[in-house]
Amino acid sequence: MSILSKQVAPAKIILHGRKVVGGCAEGEALVTRETISGWGGIDPMTGTVIETHHELHGVSFQDKILVFPGAKGSSGWSAAFHLSRIAGFAPKAMIFTVMTTKIALGAVVTHAPSVTDLDQDPLTVIETGDWVKVDGDRGVVEVTKKA
Amino acid sequence: MLDGAEGPAKQKAMDLLVRYGEALGAESFVDVTNIAGVPGSSTLFLHEYYKERGGGSFEDVFSRFDLDSDETVPFPKVGGNCCHLQGGVDPELWAEQGKSREAFEHQQEDEAEVVRHGIKVLKTCTPYLAGNMPAYGEHCAWMESSAVIFCNSVVGARTNAEGRESTSAAMLTGKIPDWGFHRDEYRRGTHLIQVDVPVESVMDWGMLGYFIGDAVQENIPVVAGKIGQPDLIRHKHFGAAAASSGGVEMYHIVGVTPEAPTLEAALGSKTPLGTIHYGPAERRRVYESLNSNGRDLNVDYVMLGCPHASVEQIGEAARLLAGKKIRSGSSLWLFTSRAVKSVADLHGYTKTIRDAGGLVMTDTCSAIGRMLPEGTKVVALDSAKQVHYLPAIMGIEAWFGSTEDCIRAALTGRWSGELR
Repeated sequence: MSILSKQVAPAKIILHGRKVVGGCAEGEALVTRETISGWGGIDPMTGTVIETHHELHGVSFQDKILVFPGAKGSSGWSAAFHLSRIAGFAPKAMIFTVMTTKIALGAVVTHAPSVTDLDQDPLTVIETGDWVKVDGDRGVVEVTKKA
Repeated sequence: MLDGAEGPAKQKAMDLLVRYGEALGAESFVDVTNIAGVPGSSTLFLHEYYKERGGGSFEDVFSRFDLDSDETVPFPKVGGNCCHLQGGVDPELWAEQGKSREAFEHQQEDEAEVVRHGIKVLKTCTPYLAGNMPAYGEHCAWMESSAVIFCNSVVGARTNAEGRESTSAAMLTGKIPDWGFHRDEYRRGTHLIQVDVPVESVMDWGMLGYFIGDAVQENIPVVAGKIGQPDLIRHKHFGAAAASSGGVEMYHIVGVTPEAPTLEAALGSKTPLGTIHYGPAERRRVYESLNSNGRDLNVDYVMLGCPHASVEQIGEAARLLAGKKIRSGSSLWLFTSRAVKSVADLHGYTKTIRDAGGLVMTDTCSAIGRMLPEGTKVVALDSAKQVHYLPAIMGIEAWFGSTEDCIRAALTGRWSGELR
């Protein structure tokens, strides 16, 4: 029964949290359980992760809904993601779990609708390739699992 | 300020700080009296980007990028104690660094604007060694992760890891969100690190910092156990490493750092979220991890001075290089601040290093300035932080070891470092 119903209609999962940056965006999720370095961890001019040992090494976040624990490393985090927006390679939206000054300022200057403090763990609920709608103002995330 | 009564620049700056404060969930602002950032400086890309859109001046970059404003606003002289951190090119050795005259002249123009706006030109990641040492308890708005962790942990001043945009806005307003490390309760330790192996050398302090950053991520470690009294250089390397492998912005060392007279004080009477041991096996693993980007034993470049070297570190390099010659085809660049270099010049260290074939450079480093000696394939580094960043940014191999290991590599062209 449960298997069949999943096959017929992919369930939508709704998560509720708090606004970080307003606005709405939707797209394909890119999920990592590892924090991301901004300056020195991404190449803003291509929108890819360059940190040597990172599980997303070489992967592009351009136009993705980036789902991750949050920011680490250099205080150039905001400027690096800010530059990726200007260069046209920024993520469409951000969903994260750990608040820091780096991610807060970074999300603001990237103009990416962003939410945190969700009622379910987004790193568990959302998988890479799922279709995700982010309503920053209402703090709502709608997840459609990939087929 | 937000209503524009104090001019459009302060209005735009407050607008950004309000959006930033809301994102954090902060309820108010705190007054800051010491601000360190990189206001208005632009790479040629950013400069060209705004030029193509009808701007490109310093005030245009400052308004549109730093203040995230959709229009250019006049930018008045700043108040308070504000300084400019590291830049992109050495003001004298730019050609040796492979930079164009255009890039050099662009930086000179930006620098003149920084001076004109009343911001101290320190051009370093170690402002505390070059003319900006905050006081215990002082509320600051600093960026540069290695300086932030030093400011909180070693000095006991208070700053979050701010970014370029928030520090520039704080220079105009003297405000920053009252969140995180500005608040007493946030500054207490979260994890206990029990050190079971002696940690004495600068290299060992760097490795311990790198281990802890990876282990606690953005939490606050309290370090106890077999550690000696660290000097400023050891704090500098330890903090820089912990802020690179993780997001550590403050640490406590029991009996050493100002907010940790006892373990109880460091933890604020809370039970730590975890206790992590650092013993010989962990030490070995960190060393191997820091050397995992190295394969070719032929080293063609040695970079020292991350974070920017102190006078004592330049003196040590000079002592190790005195009367010797760096191998033909190899390069040694040592980075520091202009203030520290002037003392190194006075003591003859700069000349000794130059006579051996090395160069003492200021303002920047290979990672910040994206600059390498021509043809570099393999670099040797004595900084865990630089090992973390440089191979990723420049696509080269790297070895990590002591300053002595690195200088030996510069003299012989071969890597022979090992964990002793």
